[in-house]
Amino acid sequence: MIRLDVAVVAGGCVALGVGLAALVVGLPPVAGDLAGLVASRVGDSGVTHPVTAVLLNFRAYDTLLEVAVLMIAALAARALPAEQAEQRDTRPGSPVLEALARVALPLAILVAVHLLLVGASRPGGAFHAAAVLTGAGVLLRLAHELPAHAIAGERRASLLLVAGVAVFVAVGTGAAGVTGHFLGYPPAWAGELILLVESVLAVSIAFALWALFP
Amino acid sequence: MTSNVLYALAGVALIVMGLAAISLQTHLLRRVIAFNILGSGVFLVLLGVAPGRSAHAADPIAQALLLTGIVVAVSATGLALALARRLHRATGGMTLDADDDAR
Repeated sequence: MIRLDVAVVAGGCVALGVGLAALVVGLPPVAGDLAGLVASRVGDSGVTHPVTAVLLNFRAYDTLLEVAVLMIAALAARALPAEQAEQRDTRPGSPVLEALARVALPLAILVAVHLLLVGASRPGGAFHAAAVLTGAGVLLRLAHELPAHAIAGERRASLLLVAGVAVFVAVGTGAAGVTGHFLGYPPAWAGELILLVESVLAVSIAFALWALFP
Repeated sequence: MTSNVLYALAGVALIVMGLAAISLQTHLLRRVIAFNILGSGVFLVLLGVAPGRSAHAADPIAQALLLTGIVVAVSATGLALALARRLHRATGGMTLDADDDAR
């Protein structure tokens, strides 16, 4: 005996799937050549990698709002009541994890800086660097070297979370003073501005992701 | 059929699976995973229908939009897991059943 709700959901999902599949197969080719437009203007962006140019210059507005979403999610997670002291994991950390964390942390920082700098010309950038830093941070947490409650109430921690969006908005507003467009970087300075924004973003994003880790 | 259409069709399959699981599963962890599968399907469809400049390089605009979408999905997942964990600590359960509220 198949339950009615299961049958209804299954039927609806299959119908949706068939409809979407038909739509995808029959989609006409996209008019206009955005990729070509990006390729022709990438020289004005201050970076040479087209994806970084789109993320941090041509469509920087998207990235600003995306970082704002991440910041709000991290702030909301931090706003949840902290764990009671008796619910904390008080077992001693594994010596293997501790040793690994000590080796991995400096390496992770090196890799993160490399990814951040290489983003201008090859795949990489603030988000990749932040992901590596977060991995190191989670490893520290698992090794009990950096417990979450140690900085849970720290005001500076919240400042670190907000720094990325704040610097992004400040740079965007400053650019508006020069070119008349919010986030419209002057081509002569675009490379330096993008590096500044990405450097602060990397730290801010890493901390936000780390704060989301329970 | 080009490989891009294949990606888009695989994305459609993921969307359908994710949607069905979100509707039918009650355990919150399963729902969060289903939400991520659904999201991955949407990303795959978007990348599949985006015009590729060549077989090896996808449209940079689509890639940038997807990167944005992935980060937003990760943010939502992180917050959802934090809330689920809080709920588990408060009620001992991992579902949003109406029966639980009535008790």
